[in-house]
Amino acid sequence: MKILNKIKPEFWDHHDSDAGPYRSQFDFRRIWYLAVFLTSAVVLAPLIFMTVMDYRATKHDVESEILLRTSRLVSNVRRTFSYFLDERKSALDFVVHDRCFDECMNPERLNAILENLKKSFGGFTDLGLIDHRGIQLSYVGPYGLKGRDYSEQEWFKQVALRGVFISDVFMGYRNVPHLVIAVKCTPVDGDFFVLRAALDTEKFNDLLSKLEIAGQGDAFIINHGGVLQTPMSAHGEVLQKISLPVPEYAPKTRVLEWMDKNGGALIIGYKYIADTPFILMVVKHKKELMRPWEDTRKKLIWFLIISVAFILFVILGGVTYLVNRIFQSDRKLIITLHQVEYANKMASIGRLAAGVAHEINNPLAIINEKAGLMKDLFLFKKEYAGNDTLMGLLDSIIRSVARCGRITKRLLGFARHMDVSIQTVNLEEVVREVLGFLNKEAEFRCIEILIEVAEDIPRIQTDAGKLQQIILNIINNAFAAMGDNGHLHVVSRMEGKDSVSLSISDDGSGISEKDLKRVFEPFFSTKTGKGGTGLGLSITYGLVEQIGGKIEVKSELNKGTTFTIILPLVTEEKEMKSSCVYS
Amino acid sequence: MRVLLVDDEKELVEALAERLGIRGIEAHWETTGDAALKRIGEEAFDLAILDVKIPGISGIDLQRKMKVKCPDLKFMFLTGHGSQDDFAAGSSETGEDYYLLKPVHIDELMEKMKKLMSE
Repeated sequence: MKILNKIKPEFWDHHDSDAGPYRSQFDFRRIWYLAVFLTSAVVLAPLIFMTVMDYRATKHDVESEILLRTSRLVSNVRRTFSYFLDERKSALDFVVHDRCFDECMNPERLNAILENLKKSFGGFTDLGLIDHRGIQLSYVGPYGLKGRDYSEQEWFKQVALRGVFISDVFMGYRNVPHLVIAVKCTPVDGDFFVLRAALDTEKFNDLLSKLEIAGQGDAFIINHGGVLQTPMSAHGEVLQKISLPVPEYAPKTRVLEWMDKNGGALIIGYKYIADTPFILMVVKHKKELMRPWEDTRKKLIWFLIISVAFILFVILGGVTYLVNRIFQSDRKLIITLHQVEYANKMASIGRLAAGVAHEINNPLAIINEKAGLMKDLFLFKKEYAGNDTLMGLLDSIIRSVARCGRITKRLLGFARHMDVSIQTVNLEEVVREVLGFLNKEAEFRCIEILIEVAEDIPRIQTDAGKLQQIILNIINNAFAAMGDNGHLHVVSRMEGKDSVSLSISDDGSGISEKDLKRVFEPFFSTKTGKGGTGLGLSITYGLVEQIGGKIEVKSELNKGTTFTIILPLVTEEKEMKSSCVYS
Repeated sequence: MRVLLVDDEKELVEALAERLGIRGIEAHWETTGDAALKRIGEEAFDLAILDVKIPGISGIDLQRKMKVKCPDLKFMFLTGHGSQDDFAAGSSETGEDYYLLKPVHIDELMEKMKKLMSE
């Protein structure tokens, strides 16, 4: 909270409730909120929009790339497999069409063919010749299958029908996984016969095991029933059924997404290998494949967060600075308005005072002369000269006229000063003139006033009107601070060769040390609850500056306050015009 | 010493003239500028005490016209007006000391008159 208080801008807690007739033109907090909101919206909305669009586009591109690569991999592996099987099928086809039935019947010849096939192509384990009845008439290999009857077996029916048969991997009599390729030959002059070779799955499996598949992937082959034809690295031995569903037939390579039983996303690419019972499958974990994307995604998100934070920081700072400047300009305007109002008020009072005084002076003069004449005449008549009552009454009239005369003179003096800039004045006279306005109040409240002016103080050249206002403001404040039976002490003495000091002290409530530093600040007041504007002393400060002086204050709570004004003996006209608005 | 008082307030100048008379000063009075000019043309005066604003003519202008007619005539201004323009104009003609604000104390007036005449 303390940090918040420190960075809180000046305008944040500003309230106009006691501002009097000159209020701020703006609700600063509202302006701040509006500016921050609008600027943020305008700047951040496109940024966030573009980031989201970029995010989605990049993700889509990455995913598309993954699918494409998987598809390419499946196609390439399928080609390898197809080639492997086609190669061996073609070899058998060549043998069965190149050699006659009798040649194949010869076990040594058959063995030689087998050895050649093993040497040239690899993977062949045995070779058998089966006649049109399905009887294996000749066999070379480790399993002693000569004489077996395959007439009822599906593969024989298939090969008899289609001319070629490739089996899926099975255990059979051998009890080891193997597959079979059978090719039919129909001689021109005789019944067909079939050459059947068994291949072990070692080479088969090697084709897949050598593949390096990204994304913890696995490549394997299943048959159309979902039975593994090659081992599956994750979990699956040959001839086990896979946990994944058999994908539906498609003539071309397909890639699709799938959820495994643990909820992990899988990318499955597959291809039905034509003319075989095999389906090539490549399974990859999407999460692994998306790892580079995840890194990019994190960077993108961090970029967004840092950008947004930076932008907000700049916006908040910038808007706060600008609104603060508006606030300060607004305050300057209010201060100026107050100063103008004050000056106008003083000028009006001056004019009013002059008008009143003038209207009263002539009748007063008449009363003065008539009463004076009466006294003069009575003094000549012996019967009246000794009449103390009569003389007393006349003296009373003359004294009252004199008193009225002093009041009008004072008013006219005040008014005259409003019009003039530089005048030569007697400081003590000005002080007494001002105190003259407050005599009645001082008397009524039993406030004792003591004036001490050093003898060596010459007349000073200054703006008497402003000086009067300064002294009047300070003495008014002193009177306000004091209770009844208070004491006001005015002291004036020389301050060096070129200046004179005027101190006005009261024994009123005083000002706290904390407030003392702020007492000349505009809008600062301890009386704001009672309709004060807080500008009295700041205007006074401004006036002192305008006449080339300085003002200081010392105070102690419950003991009293002393305002000291230092004035130059001579104030130039141009000095006075230089400072117009207190800032 | 012969003094001419010029002020549009008849009651004032009448009473003041009588008071000065009691004190041994021969004082006459007029209430208009024209009458005052005519009077100084016909009679000799040592001092004229003028109001700054008399109907039809300002005290300053009246003073200038009187000076033309009577160059040795001395002047004082006695006025109820407090405007700075009057003060500046009047006091530049007579000096601040001889620009007096009503109501004026008779003794003060006497003292200033004697001082002026002795200059």
